[in-house]
Amino acid sequence: MDGFLRIEKLGKAFSADRPVFSDVSFTLDKGEFVCIIGHSGCGKTTILNVLAGLDTATSGHVFMDGREVVGPSLERGVVFQSHALMPWLTVRKNIAFAVESRWPDWKRDQVSAAVESVVELVGLTQAIDKLPSALSGGMKQRVGIARAFAIQPKMLLLDEPFGALDALTRGTIQEELISIVRKTRQTVFMITHDVDEAILLADRILLMKNGGDTNTGYVPGGLAEVIVNPLDKQRTRGTLHHLDGYYALRNNIVDFLVSRAKH
Amino acid sequence: MNASLFKSIEFRAGVVSVLIFIFLLAVWHALTLPGPAVVTPVAALSAEQAEYNKLMGKTTAANGALTTAKVTGFPTLSQMGETVVKQLENPFYDNGPNDKGIAIQLAYSLGRVGLGFLIACAVAIPMGFLIGMSPLLRRAFDPFIQVLKPISPLAWMPLALYTIKDSSISGIFVIFICSVWPMLINTAFGVSSVKREWLNVASTLEVQPLRKALKVILPAAAPTILTGMRISMSIAWLVIVAAEMLVGGTGIGYFVWNEWNNLSLTNVIFAILVIGVVGMLLDMMFARLQRFVTYVE
Ligand SMILES: Nc1ncnc2c1ncn2[C@@H]1O[C@H](COP(=O)(O)OP(=O)(O)OP(=O)(O)O)[C@@H](O)[C@H]1O
Ligand SMILES: [Mg+2]
Repeated sequence: MDGFLRIEKLGKAFSADRPVFSDVSFTLDKGEFVCIIGHSGCGKTTILNVLAGLDTATSGHVFMDGREVVGPSLERGVVFQSHALMPWLTVRKNIAFAVESRWPDWKRDQVSAAVESVVELVGLTQAIDKLPSALSGGMKQRVGIARAFAIQPKMLLLDEPFGALDALTRGTIQEELISIVRKTRQTVFMITHDVDEAILLADRILLMKNGGDTNTGYVPGGLAEVIVNPLDKQRTRGTLHHLDGYYALRNNIVDFLVSRAKH
Repeated sequence: MNASLFKSIEFRAGVVSVLIFIFLLAVWHALTLPGPAVVTPVAALSAEQAEYNKLMGKTTAANGALTTAKVTGFPTLSQMGETVVKQLENPFYDNGPNDKGIAIQLAYSLGRVGLGFLIACAVAIPMGFLIGMSPLLRRAFDPFIQVLKPISPLAWMPLALYTIKDSSISGIFVIFICSVWPMLINTAFGVSSVKREWLNVASTLEVQPLRKALKVILPAAAPTILTGMRISMSIAWLVIVAAEMLVGGTGIGYFVWNEWNNLSLTNVIFAILVIGVVGMLLDMMFARLQRFVTYVE
């Protein structure tokens, strides 16, 4: 419970008088899976980009393993909302690019062994030599996840990784993600819009509030509530809604989104 | 072979192309048919007039009558055919400065275009990278590019001849100056519009700047860069003919000019056709390269 990742009083303002959010503080322990939920525009992607080191906060600090995060790093694997594969490279080469960046002095067969094992992990061995344009949306997203895993980061940052997928594909990939994360004991921070997805995957769920105008003036958004997931750790998509406490948890989150998330 | 071949649009278009070609040849033939020879009694001509007629290419026939049939101004198809055969039979002959085979002249032109174009690539692509990656440099260079770009490359010729004092190198310089702008502008545009997400991937993987430039930005911008190169090459091929007409000496442009001075219209037409075909081949080459680097998102 040492706080592997510590976020302290984070704030971001694109225009000085109307910060998007302020005073956001939370921690992630090693091996923990944390989801963040909030309405569009409340600043989830901005927070994730700051954690990734791709963006800088206006105020506050982020520490990982006791060291301040000042820029992007191979220690944090990022899965982008839009998969962000390079369309001119095959699946194999997309992932090899990441592996070669992580271990520049690896021999070619070492690289290809690493690539093949992580591609097998996400079940894409048949498609390994295809270009991204020849893959379905779900397959592309799996390649994005495989690429993030391939560099063996200390933690994963996922920005709505399944946002563009249909319910069926989404379910399959969620299960894959669970099994990979359990196998590798990864620490994960994930943005989602889907309440059931958060309940299925997360150990803790952060609820975020939008900024907005009240009769006392503009109030920036921020972290409103933190919910610890009480459901059995071995939950699966199939059994989730039979578990005691599922509906209470779900109703609580939906209520928040409907009535408490906006000023 | 089979029915689908004859139904395919390519095949039918090919047939129409051949028909158009035959039609054009027929029109040419019809327009250059030897008309009824105008026969003027020689006695009616003074010595000066006879001399003038000779200069204009009219011959005094054996029977003493003057015929104008052969020179309607425009060569006939068979004269054209003769020239084509003669030129293609021996494209490499070299009878001194004013009389070289078409292949030799082409080689001179292609050499100049190739050299000027390569130098332009070497300058424009790295510069385009810098300009494309730095908003500051882009703004700083913009006024220069905007002013220099619309200048006809031939306008540089006197300046080039004066400073370089070598007509061949001046030709190369003119090719350089006309090729550099489309490549520079396209490279800068391609580089500056590389998707943010690919750059973000590179940053999260801590990719070093040079590797990022070669492995991410270059392939991402390659289709745009190649479009620039293709435009540059087609402009360069247009300009080289004019430049060589101007400075003379060697090259396909000089060949056209020289044959005009020789009043050999068939050679001029032949050269025009060669210029067109070579230009098409150059363009096809770049189209092929373009297909090679294009990616589907
Ligand atoms: N570069 C920028 N310049 C100005 N404002 C920005 C910029 N990027 C984001 N914003 C603003 O910051 C707010 C938060 O954006 P962010 O992308 O973090 O939202 P989000 O919570 O991820 O939303 P979504 O769920 O739709 O992805 C938005 O109101 C957006 O308008
Ligand atoms: Mg977002």
